[in-house]
Amino acid sequence: MANRIDRDQVKHVAELAKLEFTNNQLDALTPQLDEIIGLFESLSEVDTSNVEATSNVTDQINVMREDVADNWGQSEALLKNAPEAQDGYIMVPTIIDESED
Amino acid sequence: MNYFKQDLASLHADLVAKKYSAKELTQATLDNIQATDPEINAFLHVNADEALAQAEKIDQAGIADDQPLAGIPMALKDNLVTKNIPTTAASKILANFKPVYDATVVEKLAHANMISVGKTNLDEFAMGSSTENSAFKTTKNAWDHTKVPGGSSGGSAAAVAAGMVPASLGSDTGGSIRQPAAFNGVVGMKPTYGRVSRWGLIAFASSLDQIGPMTRSVKDNAMMLSAIAGHDDHDLTSSDKAVPNFAADLNAATSVKGMRIGLPKEFLAEGVSDDVKNAILAAADTYRKLGATVDEVSLPHNQYGVAAYYIIASSEASSNLQRFDGIRYGFRADDVKNLEDVYVKSRSEGFGDEVKRRIMLGTFSLSAGFYDAYFVKAAKVRTVILNDFKAILKDHDFILGPVAPTTAFGIGAKISDPVTMYMNDILTIPVNLAGLPGLSLPAGFSNGLPIGMQLIGRPFDESTLYKAGYAFEQNTAFHQEIPTLGGQN
Amino acid sequence: MNFETTIGLEVHVELKTHSKIFSPSPVEFGVKPNANTNVIDWGYPGVLPTTNKGVVADGIIAALALHAQVEQHTHFDRKNYFYPDNPKAYQITQADKPIAHDGWVEVDVDGVKKKIGIEEMHIEEDAGKNTHERDHSYVDLNRQGTPLIEIVSKPDIASPAEAYAYLEALRQRIQFTGISDVKMEEGSMRVDVNISVRPVGQEKFGTKTELKNLNSFTYVKRGLEYEEKRQQQVLMSGGSVRQETRRFDEKTGETILMRVKEGSDDYRYFPEPDLPALNISDDWIKELNDAMPEMPGKRRDRYVNELGLTDYDAMVITQTKEMSDFFDSMVALKADPKMAANYLQGDVNAYLNDQQADLSATKLTPANLAGMINLISDGTISTKMAKKVFKAVTQGEEPKAFVEKHGLVQLSDPAKLQPIIDDVLDQNPQSIEDFNNGKDRAVGYLVGQIMKQTHGQANPKVVNQLLMAALKH
Repeated sequence: MANRIDRDQVKHVAELAKLEFTNNQLDALTPQLDEIIGLFESLSEVDTSNVEATSNVTDQINVMREDVADNWGQSEALLKNAPEAQDGYIMVPTIIDESED
Repeated sequence: MNYFKQDLASLHADLVAKKYSAKELTQATLDNIQATDPEINAFLHVNADEALAQAEKIDQAGIADDQPLAGIPMALKDNLVTKNIPTTAASKILANFKPVYDATVVEKLAHANMISVGKTNLDEFAMGSSTENSAFKTTKNAWDHTKVPGGSSGGSAAAVAAGMVPASLGSDTGGSIRQPAAFNGVVGMKPTYGRVSRWGLIAFASSLDQIGPMTRSVKDNAMMLSAIAGHDDHDLTSSDKAVPNFAADLNAATSVKGMRIGLPKEFLAEGVSDDVKNAILAAADTYRKLGATVDEVSLPHNQYGVAAYYIIASSEASSNLQRFDGIRYGFRADDVKNLEDVYVKSRSEGFGDEVKRRIMLGTFSLSAGFYDAYFVKAAKVRTVILNDFKAILKDHDFILGPVAPTTAFGIGAKISDPVTMYMNDILTIPVNLAGLPGLSLPAGFSNGLPIGMQLIGRPFDESTLYKAGYAFEQNTAFHQEIPTLGGQN
Repeated sequence: MNFETTIGLEVHVELKTHSKIFSPSPVEFGVKPNANTNVIDWGYPGVLPTTNKGVVADGIIAALALHAQVEQHTHFDRKNYFYPDNPKAYQITQADKPIAHDGWVEVDVDGVKKKIGIEEMHIEEDAGKNTHERDHSYVDLNRQGTPLIEIVSKPDIASPAEAYAYLEALRQRIQFTGISDVKMEEGSMRVDVNISVRPVGQEKFGTKTELKNLNSFTYVKRGLEYEEKRQQQVLMSGGSVRQETRRFDEKTGETILMRVKEGSDDYRYFPEPDLPALNISDDWIKELNDAMPEMPGKRRDRYVNELGLTDYDAMVITQTKEMSDFFDSMVALKADPKMAANYLQGDVNAYLNDQQADLSATKLTPANLAGMINLISDGTISTKMAKKVFKAVTQGEEPKAFVEKHGLVQLSDPAKLQPIIDDVLDQNPQSIEDFNNGKDRAVGYLVGQIMKQTHGQANPKVVNQLLMAALKH
């Protein structure tokens, strides 16, 4: 059977997901994903014309919160949990890519 | 103190009668854990100090008759966040993480004065069917140490089965409460989607996840569900339907007489072992003897559940797990030079293989060019499966079937073969896709290993499942069996 | 070669709600970094979003203000991307069912009126803020979760001038609804711009470039003008335009290459499973529509047709809802519309500029300003006296009481003025002779003397009438 996903695609998906794999890992992962995606493709046997997609099974609709501000006072505890923080800011190493604003 | 054979009601009666204090009961529980858990590895963290302090407070205030759970110890699956108490989801990426808030279910049980003694092991981020995907330890089946406890709530199931705690909470995205309950011979409920607030449950797949109780009896389970269910302003998908006192209807008068039960032929099809099949057929006979009708019905698209599920659950998971990026909390890789390093190294070192596999599957299913063919298609198949269930439940009170195709499998037997492992969930997954309640309870034994049966009900009709489960329990002795292993024996 | 230009604008408008769109943290600026954040804003494990009803209402209001169709069955989606100011690594937004679609605004460029279409508008959450320094970036999540409406134009905009007019029309209409301050300088209105040119007659759109760092409407226009010319030159010299992002340089007025875009980003949108769908009822839309303030276009028509203002006056008065409301209140209090308009455009605007304040932040009230204008109209005070009164009115004083307290009342009673005039004439026979000899200058001198006698309080109009009558007698 033709490959449903190849090594380059796996690498591309890994980039999107911010994961990296060694060559050995890629060797093992690629056929695994291919097999699972093969399982996915069995869905094409199901006739879903005129079927709406279900993305949620909650019985709730239109539930909203009133626009009332409430500060939970968690700021300090949250900053304490950050790997690196200074003067109330969360610190991260330099963002090399300057393309974003 | 041995409370292996005691249910929550009798523990409550003893506490009210001051046969022992909550502190003594808690201490006994901690002692049991200390004696038993080295064999079982159910716990990732035991919070003895906090538990004893809480018990003391409860003793001081006194336990009233109308506080049925007060002073009784329990355990929480470690994907439920607990304020200032380590919560890891069995992942290295949260190895030293202490949340700054409590999950709603944790608050509710604290409000009921139940005492949390610790956090139980699971497959990392609840992804798995054997608890072998934990980054920290391998939990053993309470009945046979060479077998898996099931998963992902394997720790919660084993802790109850081995008599370490009388009750625990698990979470179920594709069978993660019901399957380990079946493998360990305990009772597990996956409530209707929206019955229990997900606030504070570390999300795996948001449209499928539900928290539910794991106990030694149906009535205990019903008591626990009443305590944790209900609408929560923090979770807009939680239902505003009233929560019944589920245990109130479970008594000598409880009957299944006149009930119509559907037994889908697909649930007994190829892949389901003979011992499991026979146990379910025997259960059907028991129900017939109790005055119910059992019809053969069909879930014609059941076989597509696994594929639809792994697309939907992995897609949602890939998005839900993006927040673990090494920036605001949790694990950050050493030796990072720039932002990209923080992301890629923290995530690649922090997540285990199965989690990465699912993130990859989900990211792929949502990515440009594949979204319609995979994600949207799966969401449509989900509708088809949902409609299959609706059709049966229109004129059946509930559906009966096995929980898993086999009894507990061996540790290491399936871990290297993801597809075989995924297929193990074929009987539980469709219930999550449809958002229905599913109750798993002991229905037999094979070679010393428990067999579970599954009752699937209409949305928000957990009540019928509990009644049917209770009636079965009253007429069988499977739930009274206890493993020959465990510190209390 | 002749070219036609196509401009697309994506406008982000920050909403003035009390709480964030998916968390109850306050929407408030100028506080300590991360002070207004909670576990939801940090994307903590186990948290869930909750939809702010006020934001959905604002979305409907904006749709109504921009003549758009409200999508009554709507939901939220996730847009996935990693960035330190995006804590969940997904933004909750709307992709396949935005809250409204197919709107329009009318613009007027050099007297030519044109409807510019709005493709869709959706509600979403804003990100936090990164501050970049040499070795580290610093993340402040206070802004994370601030509600935004994004308004996407149809490819109807054909010139930088139209883009400017479109932005101005959007700004005004949104400003009039009161859901946002819509101030670019404060970041409550942000504009992403793309532009392409193609030879006239070519069916396919040209390759577009995106422009960044456009921090005012004027910069948007200048940036587009530069880019329009640049692209035309590239095409005329036989080159082709690359798909790229360019930065506008405020100093040189040029656009500079930031990066070339390769392919499109893959945001992996899918429906947000944590939030139930929304079913917006007809009743809710009607309720919000009934409460909608009159839009600036309607107000301008009314000002010109009913109150006799010039088009220009009407345009200036309708720059902000506050100004327009203020004007309406003054007119309701019987102030002369033309004078009211003049004061608002002149003294009031000058005062606001001087104070760097919005009308609502001052002590000016329609009642006091209308009172002052009515005192001028009925001749109680002169326009010259009004300068003093205006100053008092800016301090919140009631004009009539101020005038009385300081004796600023103008002397208009002929019975009182006549003896003074007679007196002055008696003392200046030379001036009368000069007047009779045709020297008009003498009148000015005599008026000056009369004003001197009355300490400046005489009504010049009445004095003139009485004096001329006396001289010609």
